Amino acid sequence: MTVQPDQLANLTLSLLSSIALLAVISLGLAVLFGMMGVINLAHGEFLMLGAFFTLTGVRHGLNLWVAMVLAALAVGAIGVVVERLLIQHLYGRMPATMLATWGLSLILVQVVVLIYGPASNGIPTPLGSIRIGDYSVSEYSLVLVGAAVLLLGLTYLVLTRTRYGTMARAAVMLPDMAAAVGVDVRRTNMLTFGFGSALAGAGGALLAPITAVVPSMGQTYVGRAFMTVVVGGPGVVAGTASAAGLLGGVNSLVSNLTTSVLGTAALLVVAIVILRFLPTGISGYWERKR
Amino acid sequence: MRYPHARIGLGTVAAASALLLTAACGANSATDAGSDSKGPIPVGSILDATGPLNVIGKPNIDATNLAIKDINSHGGVLGRQLKLISYDAQSDNAKYTQYANKLTLENKVSVVMGGITSASREAIRPIVDRSKTLYFYNNLYEGGVCDKNVFNTGPVPSQQLAPLIPYATKNFGKKIYIVAADYNFGHISADWAKKYAKQAGATVVGTDFIPLESSDFGAVINNLQAAKPDVVVSLLVGGNHTAFYRQFASTGLNKSMKIVSTTFGDGSEHIVLAPKESTGVTVAFPYFQELKTPENTAFVSTWHAKYGQDYPYVPNSAVTVWNGWHLWAAAVEKAGSLDRDKVIAALESGLSIDSPSGKVTMNPGSHHVTQNVSIAEANDKHGFKVLTTNADVPPAYENSVCDLRKNPTTNKQFTP
Repeated sequence: MTVQPDQLANLTLSLLSSIALLAVISLGLAVLFGMMGVINLAHGEFLMLGAFFTLTGVRHGLNLWVAMVLAALAVGAIGVVVERLLIQHLYGRMPATMLATWGLSLILVQVVVLIYGPASNGIPTPLGSIRIGDYSVSEYSLVLVGAAVLLLGLTYLVLTRTRYGTMARAAVMLPDMAAAVGVDVRRTNMLTFGFGSALAGAGGALLAPITAVVPSMGQTYVGRAFMTVVVGGPGVVAGTASAAGLLGGVNSLVSNLTTSVLGTAALLVVAIVILRFLPTGISGYWERKR
Repeated sequence: MRYPHARIGLGTVAAASALLLTAACGANSATDAGSDSKGPIPVGSILDATGPLNVIGKPNIDATNLAIKDINSHGGVLGRQLKLISYDAQSDNAKYTQYANKLTLENKVSVVMGGITSASREAIRPIVDRSKTLYFYNNLYEGGVCDKNVFNTGPVPSQQLAPLIPYATKNFGKKIYIVAADYNFGHISADWAKKYAKQAGATVVGTDFIPLESSDFGAVINNLQAAKPDVVVSLLVGGNHTAFYRQFASTGLNKSMKIVSTTFGDGSEHIVLAPKESTGVTVAFPYFQELKTPENTAFVSTWHAKYGQDYPYVPNSAVTVWNGWHLWAAAVEKAGSLDRDKVIAALESGLSIDSPSGKVTMNPGSHHVTQNVSIAEANDKHGFKVLTTNADVPPAYENSVCDLRKNPTTNKQFTP
């Protein structure tokens, strides 16, 4: 079988959009889990809330892109509330955090079912499709790739180039020392949790037009998000980008060349092999080498 | 990490022993099934009110409650009211096993209805068979279950795919691509689709199976673009798979290929999707809310009176559930008894009811129903436009392989 140029272009785009998808669903968790060490089992529901807020915004006449930004901010605000009420009492107690966030995920799903019902009208994929030879590609998948790059870039800038970013990392790494030099650790952690939640909300908002927005949708993504963050390791941006690139790339490539089932299997095999040889994830390995 | 495991182990052992105890206690009195008292008759239902399957479970539960209310308001059965005992299986097959045990052994119900996926049906079936409690499975499935104790009201491939594939071949083209859910329903249904495609003179140019938890259809979309079929047969199931129709439309494939499906609509796909994404998807079901019959007009207005005018859509599965309850009630009246064997004999007497989907007749040998099947396409108002209705479509395959009057001890699922 010879590969035609249009087929190759199409395959590349499909690869990039798989990677982008994995990156946007994982980035928020990378902040909460990879950086802050909070095992947020409600991450899938944060994505779901992002999608539902986008839906609500569009239904109330907002422009889709505006609704997406507002949805991300709204999930960020919910993140702050959750941190104040729940998480701040549980830092450093992993099993307690897991139980609390798992309970939170059940509550969030059921609250959304009660408000919206198990199935409600969604929003169609915006924009059209472009033709590449014999193939056509949804323009929105290019938007997704752009959004992933943008969110990764934004996260990088916020965490490394701002005063808040430095304080946030200090508050997580050495809370006592940070407090001793005058960082308000409580407040900083609250903001970081809100920032991670907003990123999750943005991920969900970006998912809204390509998937079925239903209350149970979080369950589909939470497993893959955790896998990406664990494989990526503690580095938020480098970890997410490298793990999403590797896992999404392998998944998409194998799925396209064989079947979707083998694609999923290949993703799992790669994740297991990486964690066997790089137990701290890809970015953890880089840090040790430096 | 050892200690928590040990604790989980102990918990499981405790739960298992509790279950064994319940089973042992129940076994002594399992036969009296509340048959000669004058109080309400306990009947059971297990469906998913929560978890991902609630998309299908919610309308099924609403239909169950409405059917019980309807039967009771018409005087109940044998002059007694029905008392519904229902459990939420939470989209978890283990819960189906647990609640089926509870309904049969503790609540001693006269009939169990429920189960959505084929896996949940297979979780319930051995338990109701063991306790000799009548069981109705009321959802569409891959067909072939042959069990004296089990009655099915949902459509099977010989009622959905058999008319749909020739229709698609005639109207849309002869190159077919099958996209199916990756579990027994999808695999067996895909085999049926291939068989009917061959009979209709069509060629199957590709088949893809998609895991239930997958919602990224990039690879399938690429395969479709390479294979260029005229018709895509969708046997996809559940919320995650709804993304397929969305990604299909966003790539512009809906302009060059037609989707036909036996599942689209039962999972509220046409509600979740935007009209421009779902318009034109062609399906075959016994029931559509749009059917213009006096029975259906009355049914839909009763439904809206109970659940509100803004109820998104009354799906096919809601009516097959309704039919299950009414067939059972009619059989009990005819038998004049709650005794399982007498009710089975009544159900095997060619019993039929007038339902919102038209006349529904239980086939004595196969325990599947003969019913009307309509072909319809999704319209631009989150509903369907009914194109043609075939009256009295029999479950041909089940009737040909399964005769429970001749061979009452058969207990298996026939596959093509």
